[in-house]
Amino acid sequence: MTADPHLSSLAGAVIHDVVVPARAPWLHHIAAGQTLRIVDLEGNQAVDFLLYSAEDDAERYSAQDTVSAQGNLFLRAGTALLSNEGRPMMTIAATSVDYHDTIGGACSCESNTLRYGHHTKAEHACVENFLEANLTEGRGKRDIVSNINFFMNVPVEPDGSLGIVDGISAPGLTVDLRAEMDVVVVVSNCPQVNNPCNGFNPTPVRMIVTAA
Amino acid sequence: MTDTLANPLAARDHARGMEGTVTESMPILPPVAQDLPPEVAAADLLWEETIAAGGYATRRLSRGARLRLIDVKGDACASLLVFNAEMPAERLNVADTVKVQWNAYLGAGKLLLSDMGRVLLSILEDDAGTHDTFCGTSNAATNAAKYGDGSNSGSYPSGRDRFLLGAAKHGLGRRDVHPCVTLFKGAWIEADGTITPQIGPFAPGRSVVLRAEMDVIVVIANCPHVLDPREDWTVTPLRASAWRGAVTSHDDPVRTATPEGLRAFQNAEDYFRR
Repeated sequence: MTADPHLSSLAGAVIHDVVVPARAPWLHHIAAGQTLRIVDLEGNQAVDFLLYSAEDDAERYSAQDTVSAQGNLFLRAGTALLSNEGRPMMTIAATSVDYHDTIGGACSCESNTLRYGHHTKAEHACVENFLEANLTEGRGKRDIVSNINFFMNVPVEPDGSLGIVDGISAPGLTVDLRAEMDVVVVVSNCPQVNNPCNGFNPTPVRMIVTAA
Repeated sequence: MTDTLANPLAARDHARGMEGTVTESMPILPPVAQDLPPEVAAADLLWEETIAAGGYATRRLSRGARLRLIDVKGDACASLLVFNAEMPAERLNVADTVKVQWNAYLGAGKLLLSDMGRVLLSILEDDAGTHDTFCGTSNAATNAAKYGDGSNSGSYPSGRDRFLLGAAKHGLGRRDVHPCVTLFKGAWIEADGTITPQIGPFAPGRSVVLRAEMDVIVVIANCPHVLDPREDWTVTPLRASAWRGAVTSHDDPVRTATPEGLRAFQNAEDYFRR
């Protein structure tokens, strides 16, 4: 039997292993000490990502607290993903991508009308996925905040110009997230087809959770 | 308790004796300002308040109203939450604000966008040039780590805790304190992602004038920038003035400056088509 390359270097028993289809939401509870590996199966697939404290979901991922604490916009190996109350929720234990984005936000039907035109309003979008998943647990629009975009690249130029540019990810690249508290992970496997974040072709991603 | 305050009427007289006290940071009612733009009638002044160092204020502003913020002494730090006043689940979306405008830095002509693809506020004038869309604000933990205390009841309150109180006064709660923008203190981004804060202190009197493009609630916290490198908790008063103004016309240069911005105005106009 050939070893599964996507499990390479993962310690701990696999307790959950699922492929999230292209364009779909995913919600999963991960206990403190467990590790979530996200695998960009086909490359250049943005994974829009939110976190809530399982104990008190008014505490949630804060992009602004996270980048301020490390003095840098990019999320790299070692980055502590902080909550709006300044507590570490997960840590990027390892990643085979240089860095990940947390300033680009999530696509929505409404922001698509601004970025691309009103003809895109009917297209599926990450905020729709975030809402659908969060509504199953009683959260709603007020709970959607600036998110992480794993495998997405948003550089800022000296004049402030920024934009989503070609991915720096490739097939099989991974990010490993160790839970520092009991968390609810809410993901949108980004369905955007109007910019390079998914190589104009949304693809599946794999989620592997290992025990502490 | 002294004898003179030992009965209710004495306490009343003592309280009433404070009438007319003037402090550096307070609201002026009815509002009066000596430095309104020449085209603004005194009767159109809506709000005149100086927000204390470490303080906060909130205001509901009608579509068309102008909001002028002045960094009176050069060390104000105005962090802003913005909500659609009639549907506060719609609020400022900082990520969309920078992404839709293809630029990270705020200044004259830039828009503050909601999460519903609409323009909440536009920036009409800006002689500061140092603003921040990335760093957010301090919280009780960061202030405790830096200054030894971060509580509202202590000497070094945090921006987040100020936001919580301000939002609560509009019936909002912890889920409503969203990512903010900060005016007057900047965040410069290096090529490798490093954030270089632009903290000053700056020349006194720098100002920003915003225009409400929807009926909005603004919550303004005036606490030291979260990346302020100074050991001492340092912030100075922030003056806020607002006056009535016309709803943005179709040929307004801010409205028509970019295709993305124009659509944000069109979406807001569509919301008010009723």
